[in-house]
Amino acid sequence: MNKPAVDQIRTIDRVNATLKQRYNRERRFRRFGLAAVILGLLFVALMFLNIISHGYSAFYQTRILLDIEYRQEVIDPAGARDPATLSAADYAALVKTALRTLYPEVKGRGEKRELYGMVSSGAALVLRQRVMSDPELIGSRQTLWLPADDDIDMLVKGRIDRNAPESERRIKNRVLAWVEQLEARGAIEKQFNLGFLTGGDSREPELAGIGGAVMGSLYTLIVTLLLSFPIGVATALYLEEFAPRNRWTDLVEVNINNLAAVPSIVFGLLGLAVFINFFGLPRSAPLVGGMVLTLMTLPTIIIASRAALKAVPPSIREAALGIGASRTQTVFHHVLPLAMPGMLTGTIIGMAQALGETAPLLMIGMVAFIVDIPGGAMDPATVLPVQIFLWADSPERAFMEKTSAAIMVLLGFLILMNVIAVILRKRFERRW
Amino acid sequence: MLSITPDTVVLGTARKSVITAGFSPVADDARAINGTVGDITSADPRMTARNVNVYYGDKLAINNVSLDIGVNEVIAMIGPSGCGKSTFLRCLNRMNDTIDICRVEGEIRLDDQDIYDSGLDVVPLRAQVGMVFQKPNPFPKSIYDNVAYGPRIHGLTSNKNDLDEVVEQALLKAGLWDEVKDRLDEVGTGLSGGQQQRLCIARTIAVAPEVILMDEPCSALDPIATARIEELIDELREQYTIAIVTHSMQQAARVSQRTAYFHLGELVEVGKTDDIFTTPRHRLTEDYITGRFG
Repeated sequence: MNKPAVDQIRTIDRVNATLKQRYNRERRFRRFGLAAVILGLLFVALMFLNIISHGYSAFYQTRILLDIEYRQEVIDPAGARDPATLSAADYAALVKTALRTLYPEVKGRGEKRELYGMVSSGAALVLRQRVMSDPELIGSRQTLWLPADDDIDMLVKGRIDRNAPESERRIKNRVLAWVEQLEARGAIEKQFNLGFLTGGDSREPELAGIGGAVMGSLYTLIVTLLLSFPIGVATALYLEEFAPRNRWTDLVEVNINNLAAVPSIVFGLLGLAVFINFFGLPRSAPLVGGMVLTLMTLPTIIIASRAALKAVPPSIREAALGIGASRTQTVFHHVLPLAMPGMLTGTIIGMAQALGETAPLLMIGMVAFIVDIPGGAMDPATVLPVQIFLWADSPERAFMEKTSAAIMVLLGFLILMNVIAVILRKRFERRW
Repeated sequence: MLSITPDTVVLGTARKSVITAGFSPVADDARAINGTVGDITSADPRMTARNVNVYYGDKLAINNVSLDIGVNEVIAMIGPSGCGKSTFLRCLNRMNDTIDICRVEGEIRLDDQDIYDSGLDVVPLRAQVGMVFQKPNPFPKSIYDNVAYGPRIHGLTSNKNDLDEVVEQALLKAGLWDEVKDRLDEVGTGLSGGQQQRLCIARTIAVAPEVILMDEPCSALDPIATARIEELIDELREQYTIAIVTHSMQQAARVSQRTAYFHLGELVEVGKTDDIFTTPRHRLTEDYITGRFG
């Protein structure tokens, strides 16, 4: 009696009528997604290409081959081999002599100054170090590769146009001619610059290294990790597993979420006011930097850890409680190990944030110009992003490639940390 | 105070009124009979529940339930979904404590101990009243560690050999030993569903509890695995007191000696399983077991 009429449209026809449209919509959505991914990858590739093309040359340094005579009357006129005398000697004079013998035709004062300016002031330091470690050298001759000045470095690396008129180029025609003579003799070349990776900062671009900032970042991150991981995990555990649900814990929760959104420079001001001014901790120290970054990363770690704890199935808790495990035993024997991969991920994300953070560290004095490589968490230091900030601010042309190279080092560390995070997570997951 | 008269005078007119009005006037009916049909007591009770009310927030989930659970018997709790049978079961080892909004009134005793006494420690209580859950929930650890966990935390064994023995005995009793004896160090979550549930039973009996609560232990299992668990329950009855919640009336009929029928948070009828399934005395029970609703 309720039979459908013959001319009534069948379901399959209705479905077919809209099917094409549905598939089109699906295809369009997939294309948008793909386009977004490609665009993202393109920008990342562009960024890497730009940074690497600017920065790779900082790993090479132009050096000039000079014939150095370690003259007794310059280094140690008394002949006592007293370390204080050796250390205070005028090694630059040795370099100057070597240059003069190379170009005997140079006479005028201005001309001489230009000639001496071809070699970095760091050359004298190299000689001093050699003599200090081996006083037997005094009186002998040695042919050495010594670092060139940053302008010569830029010229050799092709960052200064040789065909530009003299008035528009930082290198005088005279100096250019000398460099071309050296090139013709093969006495000037680019060599691997180990000093960039191991050395401290310097006002001279050709001497500036990233080593101090790397060590500063390392100490800062160690302090951050040691403080923020236990505190963050303990906070998350307490709030998630033990705390009673009441107005106070709600308040704490809201505040933790708010802290995650506080601009990082505010944490820097807090660190300055509390850690340095009130507790009297030293300025520019990785210890204080680590404490400030702890404040900043704690919300990230707590929120990620709580999410990891929430994700542990309640059936595991019930199983443990059901055979008479206490609440603490349940948490530490079963819940925490299952939540650990998630907690580690959150911690590494927090640490990566901390590694890239600049603003709060400016507030506590980690922006200072520090030449010495820090030997501990109490020594004055700077960190990688702050070093990048400082170099990017420097007027010398040669600091540009240093900046890009420092960014490469920072990105390298970030990638390394992410790889470690993935490995740690894999290992923990396999155990369970 | 405990004025629950076994086997009240009920029925007759009250029962007729239920028939005419379908099953909506349960509340009226319950008030009319002022309690439960049948004998709630047991000759040799291990656990006794009296006038238990359970609230989830403001909602009354269990209303005035009184029931004895006897030594070496299997008591089955049946009833439609949401009738409160699981909630009642979870009261017996205070698993409801884990739910913040849950509130329990009344009195539940294990032997002579009031388990809702404010000074009572739930850890030893749960060591005496073990629980097997609806979904198999082995720990993501080795089979051995799963069974050994209870004895370890309670310090039941003093050395490795004793622990090995306890684990073997528990797995033997749970009927799982032959299947897993060569791979005790494999993860428990890698077993099949039925094996996992037997592993959970082994984990529970490794602690040697006095009472085992089972919350629909076979609902996630196929008929063969279910049959094995039912056999197991029958064997375990000789040593333990077992309360089992089940959706399957056949299962209740097969494994239990007494059956309790819950409806909308009330305990409607209790009695010997044979009697309940052959001659139910309450209209609601009859409707349920004959499949008219539920």
